[in-house]
Amino acid sequence: MATPSNPPITREQQLDLYRYMLLDRIVEDTMTKLFRQNKIVGGLYASLGQEAISVGTAYALEKRDWIAPMIRNIGGLLVKGVRPRDIFTQHMAKYTSPTQGKDGTSHFGDLKDLHIVSPISMLGDLIPVMTGVAMAGRYLGQNIVALTWIGDGGTSTGAFHEGVNLAAQQRAPLVLVIENNQWAYSTPVARQVPITDLADRAKAYGVRAFIVDGNDVEAVFAVARECVALCRAGEGPVIIEAKTMRMRGHAQHDAAEYVPKDMFEFWKKRDPIDTYEKKLAGAGVLTEKKKAEILAGINAVIEQDRAFAEESPFPPAELAESPVYCDGPLPIEPQWKRPVAEVKPPRSGVKPEWKVGGNGEFHRDAREGAGEAAGARHAAPVRPESAKPANGGAKTAARRSSKSAVTVRGRK
Amino acid sequence: MAQTTFLEAVRQALFEEMERDPAVVCIGEDIGVYGGAFKVTAGLLERFGWERVIDTPISETAIIGAACGMSYLGLRPVCELQFVDFIACCFNQLTNFVAKSYYLWGAPVPMVVRAPSGGGVHGGPFHSQNPEMYFAHTPGLKVVYPSTPYDAKGLMKSAIRDNNPVLFFEHKALYRRIKDELPEGDYTVPIGKAVVRRQGHDLTIATYAAMAHTSMEAAAELAKEGIEAEVVDLRTIQPLDMDTVLASIKKTNRLLVAHEDTRFGGVAGEIAAVVFEKAFDDLDAPVRRITALDTPVPYSPPLEEHFLPQVKDVVQAARELARY
Repeated sequence: MATPSNPPITREQQLDLYRYMLLDRIVEDTMTKLFRQNKIVGGLYASLGQEAISVGTAYALEKRDWIAPMIRNIGGLLVKGVRPRDIFTQHMAKYTSPTQGKDGTSHFGDLKDLHIVSPISMLGDLIPVMTGVAMAGRYLGQNIVALTWIGDGGTSTGAFHEGVNLAAQQRAPLVLVIENNQWAYSTPVARQVPITDLADRAKAYGVRAFIVDGNDVEAVFAVARECVALCRAGEGPVIIEAKTMRMRGHAQHDAAEYVPKDMFEFWKKRDPIDTYEKKLAGAGVLTEKKKAEILAGINAVIEQDRAFAEESPFPPAELAESPVYCDGPLPIEPQWKRPVAEVKPPRSGVKPEWKVGGNGEFHRDAREGAGEAAGARHAAPVRPESAKPANGGAKTAARRSSKSAVTVRGRK
Repeated sequence: MAQTTFLEAVRQALFEEMERDPAVVCIGEDIGVYGGAFKVTAGLLERFGWERVIDTPISETAIIGAACGMSYLGLRPVCELQFVDFIACCFNQLTNFVAKSYYLWGAPVPMVVRAPSGGGVHGGPFHSQNPEMYFAHTPGLKVVYPSTPYDAKGLMKSAIRDNNPVLFFEHKALYRRIKDELPEGDYTVPIGKAVVRRQGHDLTIATYAAMAHTSMEAAAELAKEGIEAEVVDLRTIQPLDMDTVLASIKKTNRLLVAHEDTRFGGVAGEIAAVVFEKAFDDLDAPVRRITALDTPVPYSPPLEEHFLPQVKDVVQAARELARY
């Protein structure tokens, strides 16, 4: 539903979302072929069935905003401006790859132009890092939003807890997207955590949360745009739980035989690209002509970039000796978008004392006072079916969220 | 002239760097209103405000991670860990995220992690450790471990201005015990340069941090017996200034390495290996090591004293080495 920060979606946006999802899928299909030809030297992780989440959330950002991908966020990288050739060369460990072959998968970034932070393989560690990006952006007056993703499995890490809690305490403009694809490697989500909705965890952090159908790209985009607006207005952080299904194994080596066949069948009918294609065709947005045009455009780029990657050489062996220390200048100096005098003495000076409301007595008002003094905030975490404001202060947000949160499809 | 403690020297460096560069921010537990577990950051909040002196929850991983993220936008965060023992809590964030960032994808991480370290104050097994070698062993991190207020201030300034992650160990037994006359105005001490604290020709003692003082006391004892030890204070563990050590050995032909860290895998072993590779012909005796025991740091005073290398241990080993 349209709100001030969520105007109705335009045809151009609809076609963009479709194009990026399709591009993501074709990039990954191409890599599957390359993998079977032994041209990808390491692992290959698929985001098949989850494309709407990466694409829909990243599409809600502006150029100045920052993302950090996980392994199933190729779509987000493409939206942010990464070329398919970078993804191919990176997986194929080529000299022409963004890391020149020093790392694989989605492990690369770009501080200067695209504002992408590279992930590491350990889950959860991006959350504190992107909290720092968000804090630094605010400190410099850039009014940026930092966005990162985590799987259902990754929410069980200590880094997740520390990161979300710090972001909440700092009110950092961070959007954290939990991609609940129901499988952490081979373990179903119900055997990882005793709760149904991972978004429920947000309540314990005093953070707003939304649940969205992760296979509905427009719903994902709408809720992400809402969250980005909240963050930009100083109302962050925000958690989005996107419900979806991992349609392949953990990686190519894993046949996912532990997944019940019915479950794959059920979710196959909810493929985010197929359903969106039908929707756009039904609405007359995606004509056969337009569809062919989009496909041809994508295939041309893919063919060119795949050939480029295949023809690229491996790095020279001596490249392994690249420096581990930076002896030159930093790639980016701080970009101040506020008067620097504000953070310098004497204007920066404060009285070093805490304010603790109500002497710390344990009733609701006192607790809220203490929260404010510590820089934290009580907000009502909102679920679509129980959009009741917990207190006066959170009323506006609650009302707003109830509108933008989307009913989950495919949930019993 | 006024004498400045080690602790005050670190604080001066933080103050002056924050004055000089608005990209410098401090982040850690209880560093703002309270002024830090050892009061190193006292006064910073009052002058620089909430945005630049950031009190965090008890979350070492979040502190290091957030600092890393800040550094990507060009800030120069200085993290405080209340005791360096707690660095184990953020090991992954430091060794996998921060340390590898520049090599893997070209993103430098200009941040400092400063932490009180070392034993001798009855802090017990979890408030007394010297975990420098875990990090010296990790490519991409710099490890600084000064012994004097002059070096602490100058090296802290260098660490903050460095475009790489620097772990800055502050030996807590030196905080209020060691004083220096500091020069007026700005100065730095380069990272990766050792210094000869005492000239001598009979043997070289390579050491750092609190053991530099132990070694100087031992050298004074040895001088009474007519043994002149040259004391090399390494000041930085990574990168390690082997040139100064090798130059000293050329003169003395004997090497003793003394550190408060445990023995196995300590920096003494690395130094000995380099000396054997590069200066075997300069040696008149095997390299000796004086280190802590390969045990946790015990709490009770007689146990801790036995665990830590003492002046007498250095004197005895040096004496044997000189007579070899």
